[in-house]
Amino acid sequence: MKWSYKPKDINQSAKGIACCDWVNRGCAFANGKIFFNTLDGKTCAVNATNGQEVWVTQVANMARGESITMAPLVVKNKVLVGDSGGEFGVRGALTALDTETGKQIWKAYSIGPDADCLIGPNFKPFYPSDRGKDLGVTSWPPDLWKIGGGTVWGWISYDPQLDLIYYGTANPGPWNPEQRPGDNKWTCGIFARRPDSGEAVWFYQWSPHDEYDYDGVNEQILVDVPINGRMRKVLVRAERNGHVYVLDRTTGEVLSATPFVYITTSKGVDPKTGRLIPNEEKSPGFGRVVREICPASPGAKDWQPSAYSPVTGLLYIPHQNLCQDEEGVQANYIAGTPYVGANVKMYAGPGGHRGEYDAWDPIHARKVWSIRERFPVWSGTLVTAGNVAFYGTMEGWFKAVNATTGDLLWQFKTGSGIVGQPVTFLAPDGKQYISVLSGVGGWSGAIVPGQLDPRDGTAALGFVNAMGDLPMYTTKGGMLYTFGLP
Amino acid sequence: MCNVRRSPFAVRRGGSSASGQRPTANLFLLAVLLALAACHREQRSIAPTAISAARTFPVRVNNPYEGNAYAIAEGQRLYEQYNCSGCHFHGGGGIGPALMDNEWIYGSSPANIYTSIAEGRPNGMPSWGGHIPDYQIWELTTYVRALGGFEGRVATASRSDEMEAKRAEEPKK
Ligand code: HEC
Repeated sequence: MKWSYKPKDINQSAKGIACCDWVNRGCAFANGKIFFNTLDGKTCAVNATNGQEVWVTQVANMARGESITMAPLVVKNKVLVGDSGGEFGVRGALTALDTETGKQIWKAYSIGPDADCLIGPNFKPFYPSDRGKDLGVTSWPPDLWKIGGGTVWGWISYDPQLDLIYYGTANPGPWNPEQRPGDNKWTCGIFARRPDSGEAVWFYQWSPHDEYDYDGVNEQILVDVPINGRMRKVLVRAERNGHVYVLDRTTGEVLSATPFVYITTSKGVDPKTGRLIPNEEKSPGFGRVVREICPASPGAKDWQPSAYSPVTGLLYIPHQNLCQDEEGVQANYIAGTPYVGANVKMYAGPGGHRGEYDAWDPIHARKVWSIRERFPVWSGTLVTAGNVAFYGTMEGWFKAVNATTGDLLWQFKTGSGIVGQPVTFLAPDGKQYISVLSGVGGWSGAIVPGQLDPRDGTAALGFVNAMGDLPMYTTKGGMLYTFGLP
Repeated sequence: MCNVRRSPFAVRRGGSSASGQRPTANLFLLAVLLALAACHREQRSIAPTAISAARTFPVRVNNPYEGNAYAIAEGQRLYEQYNCSGCHFHGGGGIGPALMDNEWIYGSSPANIYTSIAEGRPNGMPSWGGHIPDYQIWELTTYVRALGGFEGRVATASRSDEMEAKRAEEPKK
């Protein structure tokens, strides 16, 4: 081991404000430093050569239920850090810190007055429904925006040519939608911003007035592809609400939105207004149990990033196939405790399998092939120039498939379920390696490390109802596996 | 809304705890909820006999409400209202540990459970002592004991809603 670094004074009580297991989605490397976030709300910069601490900045405030789980992104000497706590009544934000000093440069809230959201004269959303003054206040019942969620716990992308960063905002709170009539801007959408000032350039809302915890924070794949005979700068998003979106990333216009799973909660996206058309029959609320809500709250796809291959032109999407029953109850705001107001029970969607691994053609908006898995495919994925796609399963299989056909080429049983991200690298010995972490957990896998009790299907926000058999297939882990070609 | 009556035993110790590891989760708005929670349909004197004993933890104390169906039902209501269910769900756990299984990190006796609730626990269990009346902590204690299968079935409430969790006595599926 070269060095190890452990931040001082980590507050253990942060474990009580992590909605969905104690997770961390990764670190960033830039300017000789490694940047990462801690659950108790700190961003740490460490010298990559010797492991010495350079600076530590407290970004999130635990007393208000804020925590951090996301992987930071470094853009032009700024570390971009978002927060978690959408189930705790926080007010989501993205913060830019100076890479050298850790000092805050700007902070863009996801909800509230335009000034707080860094929405100014250069904000030009494509659709009229996103234009107007202080929509982050007026699309909420009075004052509820202050505890309305819209956290930034997913992935940030940067297009250096357009000089724009892209990132999604998470669910509005509480889950019980009857407690917050309105579009609840700017939750469950995507912002394009200038990295230097943080000012917003455009916004699009995947799920206005979200009713199902469909956080809009998944990764965005930036590619230039021909659409209807014209080269377009697009942003591809496999979204939690069940659609693969292709957006013009210069304007925020929706070029296509196509279902990639079985959906009951909406009836498509209006091509004129760009608005998701909700299915009112599936609206959860007080005093009723709504059955067969598909996709379930973790959505068609959750945090697990997909991968794009310029060789095949396909997007490889690890995801789940789940539906749920939901009952709305009163959510009470008590700082530092959950603010949800829903009892949920999830189960397998049509077909009975809980996970899928798909190859998707974003230009023609169609599924090319699909592999079924027993459990949600909760790992990230990797596709190589050698035309091999890798992913892991929650039972612990690490799989390599032919990226063109989906045929299984090789698999290896690791010691625990895989919920991390495979990576590849060229080592100093000139050989290419593939690494993956094995250690089940996360929202879907919490039943194993948390020893949750499957007799209560509502456990872990209802995910336990769908995962009662996972402990029979795998145990806790925490191993790093590296594979090379002989 | 009824008047908020502050019972003499509602105010408990200030900032310190026996273990010195007081969790920091703050419960700012509890006072507001308290106003609701303190509304009793039934006015009666509840003698908090064990309170002084609880201060000298770990001396064993008795639960004043053991086997008391009314206290269990009240505990169940408070368990939802104070968001215990947001972290422990209906006994199966999630953010906090399961409360319906046989594993107890800090012990399953009424005194242990009372202390878990009143003083909090270091890995994310907020402290409720001083924020809610003591008799409510005992009601919650009794309900948590019922979730764990320690209270007789005759006394435990039967839930009618369709999302109901199975009882602790039932086999795992
Ligand atoms: C913010 C989340 C959260 C809330 C709200 C919460 N708990 Fe907890 N609770 C936890 C965590 C996390 C632990 C485990 C603490 C530890 O291991 O140190 C815990 C532990 C406990 C324990 C001890 C369990 C054992 O195995 O010994 C009991 C009992 C308990 N909680 C009851 C309650 C009750 C009753 C309420 C409502 C008044 C409540 N909790 C509210 C998170 C929470």
